Amino acid sequence: MLTILFDGIAYGMLLFVLACGLSVTLGLMNFVNLAHGSFAMAGGYITVVLVNRMGVPFLLGLPLAFLFSAALGALLERALYVHVYAKSHLDQVLFTIGLVFMSVAAVDYTMGSSQQFITIPSVLQGQIDVFGVGVGRYRLLIIGICAALTIALQLVLVRTRFGSRLRAAVDDQRVARGLGINVGAVFGVTFAVGSGLAGLGGALGAEILGLDPVFPLKYMIYFLIVVTVGGTSSITGPFLASILLGIGDVAGKYYVPQLGAFVIYTIMIVVLIWRPQGLFARQSAR
Amino acid sequence: MAYALETIGLEKSFGGIKATNQVSLRIRKGARHALIGPNGAGKTTVINLLSGATRPTAGKILLDGQDITDREPHDRVRLGIARTFQINQLFGDLTAVETLGLAISERGGMGHDWWRVAGRKQTIVDEIGELLGRFGLTDVMGERTATLPYGKQRLLEIALAFACKPRVLLLDEPAAGVPDAERDSILTTVAALPTDVTVLLIEHDMDIVFSFADRISVLVNGELFMEGTPEQVAADPRVKAVYLGEGDNA
Amino acid sequence: MPARPSLPSLDVAGQLARRARWTPLEIVFWLVAFATIYFLPGRHLILTEIVIWALFALSLDLILGFGGILSLGHAAFFGFGAYAAGLLAKHGIITEPVLALFAAGLVTTLLGFITSFLVLRGSDLTRLMVTLGVALVLREIANRYAELTGGADGLQGITMAPVLGMFRFDLFGRTAYVYSLLVLFVLFLLARRIVNSPFGLSLLAVKGNALRASAIGIPVNWRLVAIYTVAAGYAGVAGGLLTQTTAFASLEVFSFDRSADVLLVLIIGGIGYLYGGLIGAIIFRLMQDWLANITPQYWQFWIGLVLVLIVLIGRDRMAAWFQPIIRLFDTLGGRMRRMGAAPGGGER
Repeated sequence: MLTILFDGIAYGMLLFVLACGLSVTLGLMNFVNLAHGSFAMAGGYITVVLVNRMGVPFLLGLPLAFLFSAALGALLERALYVHVYAKSHLDQVLFTIGLVFMSVAAVDYTMGSSQQFITIPSVLQGQIDVFGVGVGRYRLLIIGICAALTIALQLVLVRTRFGSRLRAAVDDQRVARGLGINVGAVFGVTFAVGSGLAGLGGALGAEILGLDPVFPLKYMIYFLIVVTVGGTSSITGPFLASILLGIGDVAGKYYVPQLGAFVIYTIMIVVLIWRPQGLFARQSAR
Repeated sequence: MAYALETIGLEKSFGGIKATNQVSLRIRKGARHALIGPNGAGKTTVINLLSGATRPTAGKILLDGQDITDREPHDRVRLGIARTFQINQLFGDLTAVETLGLAISERGGMGHDWWRVAGRKQTIVDEIGELLGRFGLTDVMGERTATLPYGKQRLLEIALAFACKPRVLLLDEPAAGVPDAERDSILTTVAALPTDVTVLLIEHDMDIVFSFADRISVLVNGELFMEGTPEQVAADPRVKAVYLGEGDNA
Repeated sequence: MPARPSLPSLDVAGQLARRARWTPLEIVFWLVAFATIYFLPGRHLILTEIVIWALFALSLDLILGFGGILSLGHAAFFGFGAYAAGLLAKHGIITEPVLALFAAGLVTTLLGFITSFLVLRGSDLTRLMVTLGVALVLREIANRYAELTGGADGLQGITMAPVLGMFRFDLFGRTAYVYSLLVLFVLFLLARRIVNSPFGLSLLAVKGNALRASAIGIPVNWRLVAIYTVAAGYAGVAGGLLTQTTAFASLEVFSFDRSADVLLVLIIGGIGYLYGGLIGAIIFRLMQDWLANITPQYWQFWIGLVLVLIVLIGRDRMAAWFQPIIRLFDTLGGRMRRMGAAPGGGER
């Protein structure tokens, strides 16, 4: 049972790292980026290339995945996304679905449609004993990295000037602009970092989530669940939502395998009906 | 005899702020009642509470003696209270004819009719024509609302509320934003409203208020400061202080 | 009472009738559609697919173009109707196709009614997710109950009885096409009627300004429930047609791909005027055919590119390209009407 809890937490934290960029993007620009998973996939695949084919050490591959996806995010944001911010939600959905389709097909073409595995260094394989419970080393690494990232994100958000600008812009874009905050630049950086984190999550998660060309479509709903259930006004909301989702999914698949993902979807629908703003959203006086 | 519109201890809190505090109004049938007050006094909140756009945190609203406090906005319209908005809320893609036709068929209970082609009933056609004439919209009846000049839109805004054949009509600053050249038509139209319709009017322009209203309530910081005839209100030094303390409002 | 309606009254009636009037372009469209039965005999299979996409997209137009509801899970109803029709045929519950199609549409309408309350609350994103979730849930259910639905293998062993007991489904797809086209036409006429009724006009008001709509007495939520329910039924009939004309149903009918594709179909043709789904279906299916010849495996890439381009160019700008053609037909129609029509007012 503890193993399930442990696995669920690892899974949840991974989801958080993957989805937090989407949460901030939505909260900041009210932009529905369904293609967020494509950046995760990009990070995963670049790590496959670097680690499997070019012999780059795994732990070095992770920050490289972050940089690659961040760069990709920055490029696409400036070149394409910026033209779509002012458009309707329908247009945003169409646009990002189009990007997803393009990315899925492109990856399928270049890398093949079979699932890819990243060669994990042997030191990270297997389990170690923690208080008599066998915990997977890899999952321990995931928890470690994700916890560190979460703390770092929270510190940036609360302690730095950039963080306060970001929080102001999320709270009320017009007022923030009026105060002289360059919301466009804030968003550009945030989008890049969020995409980078997604890429890192994709690389880290290839082992657990499975990496193949349809990854963005498969996991789109999970990211969206994290964001809508967790709300977009904080980091803690999506964090808690991810943990809950992670534990819920792992436990669900273990205890009631016949129902599987069915449970998650139903819970999501119920939550959204009961609290459309999300479970953890602050009641903003918008 | 029941008042056309009555509120009892109406309150609305947003978080810790009481936007409306113990507002009790009594408006007789056929009255021309004005609600005035400085900016931020909460006048539009009162209209929102009356129309059902917001729910009160306490108090009751009675329409001809009937409790409508818990009714949905569209229900209230059916029961006989309609409103206009301070900033035009119209259907940009529809024409004046279609807009008014909508309200009229809803009123006639035909809104759920999905079979008959809209506009076949002569009675509706006639009523649209009559409304267009009354509100000076005949010349622009076929144009998309979004393309109309602001003054015409404002007239349509009022005509639309009137098309609901309300017993009580709430006008939220009917002349707001209207260029001087078109103001007169608005004012004459409002003055020409039939006497069996009770009108509650929010206005900043004191000329309009004093020429139109037979009774005035003054709202300050969400509370009813005083109420009386135009002469009483004009003479009261406290009102002058509250109002003129923040400058002249055109 | 005047013998003739007064002049403004005449204009008012004419105005209101304007939306409902059949334009010459529309008449030409349907004449050509029915003519293809005779003039394109070798193409009936692809034409049937086009008709099914058209009906599916029409149903999405009802909720998106007229209800303003953004759905990424409309395939839920398509799939439900598909499996309903398949199960009815396979187990011999209702063998006559028209009756079975009607029944499939009816149960899907019921599903639409039940789920409609889920899309009333929340923002665009919430609605997106709820609709997505419903489609995913249905797909999961269909997957789990494989004894009933055939699971990943699909619903097999369906044999279709002749339509109305007379018209056998032939190998060339002629019966299938005429059957589907007639179903589309009838449902289209019904949709046209609904959209031009006072109810339809109130939907436009709700979509344009829901706040004001409720302020003039329109019960916004009930109207949305109504159109969502009807649209679900239409999608269910489209799904049922797919099963009946191919004698097969698979889990793919519930897929996100199908929900996304139907959105694309509708967007290509344009939302909010009923013909968008029909025109989009023609373009989409032909484009799909053409691209599949060039890049059989990766045509999804080109579909994605089309979506991105449509958004970047702007849907309004693209609609403006077709304005001259529409205006030409309008003036032609106006001229014909003036030549042949007699003066008159509304009915009493």
